[in-house]
Amino acid sequence: MSEKQENQFVVSQENWSLHRKGYQDQKRHMDKVKEAIQNNLPDIISEESIIMSNGQEVIKIPIRSLDEYKIRYNYDKSKHVGQGDGDSQVGDVVASDKGQEKAGQGQGKQAGNQPGRDYTEAEVSIAEIEEALFKELELPNLERKDHAETTTDKIEFNDIRKKGLIGNIDKKRTILSAVKRNAMKGKAEIAPFHNDDLRFKTWNEVQKPESKAIVLAMMDTSASMGNFEKFIARSFFFWMTKFLRSKYESVEIEFIAHHTEAKVVTEDDFFTKGESGGTICSSAYLKALELVKEKYHPSRYNIYPFHFSDGENMSSDNAKCIQLVNELMAVSNMFGYGEVNAYNRFSTLMNTYKTIDHPKFRPYILKEKKDVYHALKSFFQKNAEGFD
Amino acid sequence: MTEYKALHRAIGEITDIAKGFGLDFYPMRYEICPADIIYTFGAYGMPTRFTHWSFGKQFHRMKLQYDLGLSQIYELVINSDPCYAFLLDTNSLIQNKLIIAHVLAHCDFFKNNVRFSNTRKDMVESMTATAERIAEYEMVHGKEEVERFLDAVLAIQEHVDPTLTKRKQPIDELDEEMESYVRKTPYDDLWSLDQQEPATKKSKKKAGKFPAEEEKDLLLFILENSRELEEWQRDILTMMREEMLYFWPQLETKVMNEGWASYWHQRILREMDLTSDETIEFATLNANVVQPSKTRINPYYLGVKIFEDIERRYNEPDEEMRKLGVKPNSGREKIFEVREIESDISFIRNYLTKELAEQEDLYLFEKKGSDYKISTKDYELVRDQLVSIRVNGGFPYIVVENGDYLRNGELYLVHKYEGTELDLQYLENVLPYIYQLWGRIVHLETSVENMQVVYSYDRNKVHRRYV
Repeated sequence: MSEKQENQFVVSQENWSLHRKGYQDQKRHMDKVKEAIQNNLPDIISEESIIMSNGQEVIKIPIRSLDEYKIRYNYDKSKHVGQGDGDSQVGDVVASDKGQEKAGQGQGKQAGNQPGRDYTEAEVSIAEIEEALFKELELPNLERKDHAETTTDKIEFNDIRKKGLIGNIDKKRTILSAVKRNAMKGKAEIAPFHNDDLRFKTWNEVQKPESKAIVLAMMDTSASMGNFEKFIARSFFFWMTKFLRSKYESVEIEFIAHHTEAKVVTEDDFFTKGESGGTICSSAYLKALELVKEKYHPSRYNIYPFHFSDGENMSSDNAKCIQLVNELMAVSNMFGYGEVNAYNRFSTLMNTYKTIDHPKFRPYILKEKKDVYHALKSFFQKNAEGFD
Repeated sequence: MTEYKALHRAIGEITDIAKGFGLDFYPMRYEICPADIIYTFGAYGMPTRFTHWSFGKQFHRMKLQYDLGLSQIYELVINSDPCYAFLLDTNSLIQNKLIIAHVLAHCDFFKNNVRFSNTRKDMVESMTATAERIAEYEMVHGKEEVERFLDAVLAIQEHVDPTLTKRKQPIDELDEEMESYVRKTPYDDLWSLDQQEPATKKSKKKAGKFPAEEEKDLLLFILENSRELEEWQRDILTMMREEMLYFWPQLETKVMNEGWASYWHQRILREMDLTSDETIEFATLNANVVQPSKTRINPYYLGVKIFEDIERRYNEPDEEMRKLGVKPNSGREKIFEVREIESDISFIRNYLTKELAEQEDLYLFEKKGSDYKISTKDYELVRDQLVSIRVNGGFPYIVVENGDYLRNGELYLVHKYEGTELDLQYLENVLPYIYQLWGRIVHLETSVENMQVVYSYDRNKVHRRYV
């Protein structure tokens, strides 16, 4: 519909619904972000900000290559013009770096003010990283367990009704419905309050198939395991637990710290406390077997024992280790051994384990942060031979 | 339908008022579109521009801000003949009235400001053709390949030479012609032995340097001299350069152009019969547009203030101005002259007076520790800084110093340092793009902490050394 006047102007309104260019290029940009995540997985998954994020859903990670680089001025080294209310004084603070506040610069450009930061930070949800990472991982397809069919009866509060037990009253919804009703009459207030506004939570009984997994995280906490070694182990367990959670209904994790003897500890202690003394790995394996016997029966649990060490075991203990590892493998889905060895030291334990030839046994040597990713891929590789 | 009629009537009325004021614009085409379309055009700078992920990123950001209610594009107008203006389909009538008055003044500016005299008025069609050709290259050479090339070109797209008068070229060519005319045989230079310096000096310069004089147009230089580029790549480079030359005057006249448009939407709307509700809504909208900011200069606001100040001063000239021949009540006439011949740099330098800077409480601020603090309120410093950030459209001034550096075909660029350092992280990431276009080692000389530093990229790594 268009019309012309002697004034030489035209007004028209077209159907723009097929004009999708913006969305298409937006998608291309998102694809590039995804691609960058995929390409940088080894770097990204060992980012401290993620491992230490304590369950935050969205985190900032560095995405190199997605900035539109130009030759431009250094914002922080230039002078800028601003405008006051009429009473500005030399020395007044107009903006601050603290608390992420950006000095406005038109167009929402990044101020780029942290020294040494040469990349854009993209906000990515952990779910996106998981998706990219887990795409490359697979559970070793082990024997089917009888328990796969077990179900549990559970009570779930998942319904809202107008009648119910007063103890189960849903205060938020009740108030909301009162406010809504009053708003329709003109005033959005809680009072007056009618019986009709009451809302109750009610339950349903549901049957759920249950599949459980237990990670037996074992780590050498002898003096030779430093911060770096512990961080590697921590990142690894972080992702491993997340991965298993995507496959099982519930995943538990037990932390077994050991030096010459082993004990079950809390997560915090596991990653922060160090102890001195020698190393006897078999103590951890014994503890693990004990836990399996007492709490996590293999008929109900998929068991994943993983052991992180720097490989310095007492030589006399090695034979016993092999024997216990074999026992553990008999009850577990797989047995992982990660050796953090940045400097190619000679490792007595790895030397011994070389002789184990069992499809459930998976060793990996981690030299740097990026190896967390490679270790994950090695432990949970797709189409691994010897697994059916 | 009545809404449409009301809009139509309003446009007719506004157009008449604008003409009455002496505004001179192209025939107008108003398009009413939904928000996502307006934001698409805003992100691309032009409805028909080629596709690239960076526009998608921009679009996403703008759309997100709109959805969150953080921003609203008030107007979108294309410098073309006929002139296209885009109106949001959810605009109220009064919003549209303001926008229409505003874009008419923009269009007047496009048509009459000297900076725009060389811009192509058929750019909408031209960009359609560009987009189609790029899409075709994507089919032939692959999307990834074309995108990789576009990434590189976009990184340096601003480095063109927008000089209005086609300078020196004829003289240069003339020189060359003369030389080739004179030198017919290898022995000819024997003749010039007794002819003195000028000739030898010139040929010496020619032999040692390529280009003979510093070249500001990096895009053109690469286009003409890179041994790396294929035909389709040259084609894209040519088109990108055209686009930048088209957009350039808008970068150079941001303050003036927005000031001019805001000045006129205020004047035009005052002439209209508005209901009291409309008057209040207009006042709110207008206040939002020309809101000053503590941490940056709002071009709309500063522009309006300067234009109003010029008008006032020329309407009531003081003693000194009278002596210079300024007649009373010549304010209107003067601002029309200003909109024709100035760009932001001269506009601010010539017309931002000390009184105005003080009245508007302008200041300079810079980073000290983690705070940005006001460092001075000295009028001249403020004015000079305002001018200097507008130099070269706000981009660092880069020239090609040598296209055959070390006799090895390496590219040697120089940043003309004028007191503001480059963002070095960004620089290190741009050099590989220039390398990609040039095909050989690329150097860029700049100043860091008062030392001359050369950054070089040799395909593997960026090196830096002090000169």
